[in-house]
Amino acid sequence: MSDIQNQNGELLLRTAQNMIVENDDVADTLVLRRPLARAEVMAEICRQLEPFQADDGRAITGATVISKDLSIDSLAVMDMVMDLEDQFDVSIPMNVVAEIQTVDELADTILALSARR
Amino acid sequence: MGLFDRHAGLLDAYRDVRTTGADPFQIRMERVLSPTEAIINGKKTLLVGTNNYFGLTFDPSCMEAAIEAIRAEGTGTTGSRIANGSYSEHVALEQEIAEFYGKKHCMVFTTGYQANLGVISTLVGPDDFLLIDADSHASIYDACKQTQAEVVRFKHNDPSSLDARLRRLGDKPGNRLVVLEGIYSMLGDSAPLKEFVAVCKKYNAYVLIDEAHSLGALGEHGRGLCESTGVLDDCHFVVGTFSKTLGAIGGYCVSDDPDFDILRVTTRSYMFTASLPPSIVASVRQALRIVKAHPELRTKLWDNVAALYDGLAAKGFKLGPEHGPVVGVHLPDRMMAIGFWRAMLDAGIYVNVAVPPATPNGVSLLRCSVSAAHTKEQLDHMIEVMAGIGRQLGVLSGPTLRVVSSR
Repeated sequence: MSDIQNQNGELLLRTAQNMIVENDDVADTLVLRRPLARAEVMAEICRQLEPFQADDGRAITGATVISKDLSIDSLAVMDMVMDLEDQFDVSIPMNVVAEIQTVDELADTILALSARR
Repeated sequence: MGLFDRHAGLLDAYRDVRTTGADPFQIRMERVLSPTEAIINGKKTLLVGTNNYFGLTFDPSCMEAAIEAIRAEGTGTTGSRIANGSYSEHVALEQEIAEFYGKKHCMVFTTGYQANLGVISTLVGPDDFLLIDADSHASIYDACKQTQAEVVRFKHNDPSSLDARLRRLGDKPGNRLVVLEGIYSMLGDSAPLKEFVAVCKKYNAYVLIDEAHSLGALGEHGRGLCESTGVLDDCHFVVGTFSKTLGAIGGYCVSDDPDFDILRVTTRSYMFTASLPPSIVASVRQALRIVKAHPELRTKLWDNVAALYDGLAAKGFKLGPEHGPVVGVHLPDRMMAIGFWRAMLDAGIYVNVAVPPATPNGVSLLRCSVSAAHTKEQLDHMIEVMAGIGRQLGVLSGPTLRVVSSR
């Protein structure tokens, strides 16, 4: 639990447990950031990959191998990654993207990078 | 499993392309007649896809300079600059390019591809960060594979996307190098360089700009986008090529950094390949003199760009976002692009066909490159031919029939 106080020590805001307080220097305001939930990341990845779903109608799961089970080329994968980066405010280096095979691995990468900030 | 099995998908796609009867990637120019005409398939063909922006490939003074250099110094250098030494003319060319940009240092490479590959991959090392535009040229992507720096891609021509990525790096140690292009080679659009430079300054990042398609075309003196947007001093490295506006082959990088020359003994694509032959160096030096002395070539180029771009737009074609020496014509899919390209060739006009994965966002394009050497008649003819083919193939709707209602 972390509290935000003004110069006189008066309590301005008590942040809820499991919230992260960070200083967003662009807006010069304090924003509360909830740790990223895995389900949220998975849902977004699946939403982005839906247009590339294979003809056999197999559902996209954590085990889906992005370059093999879906009809998506490597360039489109990199473009999708840019969208995910902005959505979750992380940057995934290109060499890391190249190593990612499954939807699970992509979600784990985003969660790990997000937690490290 | 054979060596070529992993190309199965590409082989299928390539077979599709070739069933149209001509292979757009193995065109044979039986004889090149001028900067704008060649014999292809036994027929005189208009060239609108060869990046010959100033039409200097047949300039008599450039040709004479090359011939003279061969007589004086032979056909080739037979080795690299570090092994066989630099000819005086290599050094003179480097000085002239440095002066052209008002920068202190210049290194000349044997191709523009090698300039990007070598400079970009060597400038950044482990613990550094390389940030590239998503639509970067293959030479830049290949540099990313060679470098030991961490590579991050930002959205094409989007300074806010770069800003977000530099911001996320936070206070991590390491240099940041941002790579941009003056004019992008597929759609002919320019980077919002001023805005990009402002972002780079905010985060203390180095700027490298590739002016391959903008040398000669942009700026009061033809230095490129860095000049036309007034930020040449803020561009730490400018890369370019001799193979487009200057009508030969080779690449360069200029910089004011006092330690720039260390790249001569660290950049592998400079060290381990043969240097430019005397004839090329001589014709490039002469071509650069022409660029400096004849700004009217730039005016002519842009007049031609406007004629082709506006003419095709008026016919209803969907084009790249802005006027540029490269005019990209959007077509619905790969097979349509190839069919359209083939029909153009049959009609005696050569352009490039660009299809995924070589294009951004999976688009299929006919890529036209305009030259100052094109005549108005040639371009008018091309617009008419393209409109005709466009209607035949259903890309453009036919002539509007006016329905007069009878009362």
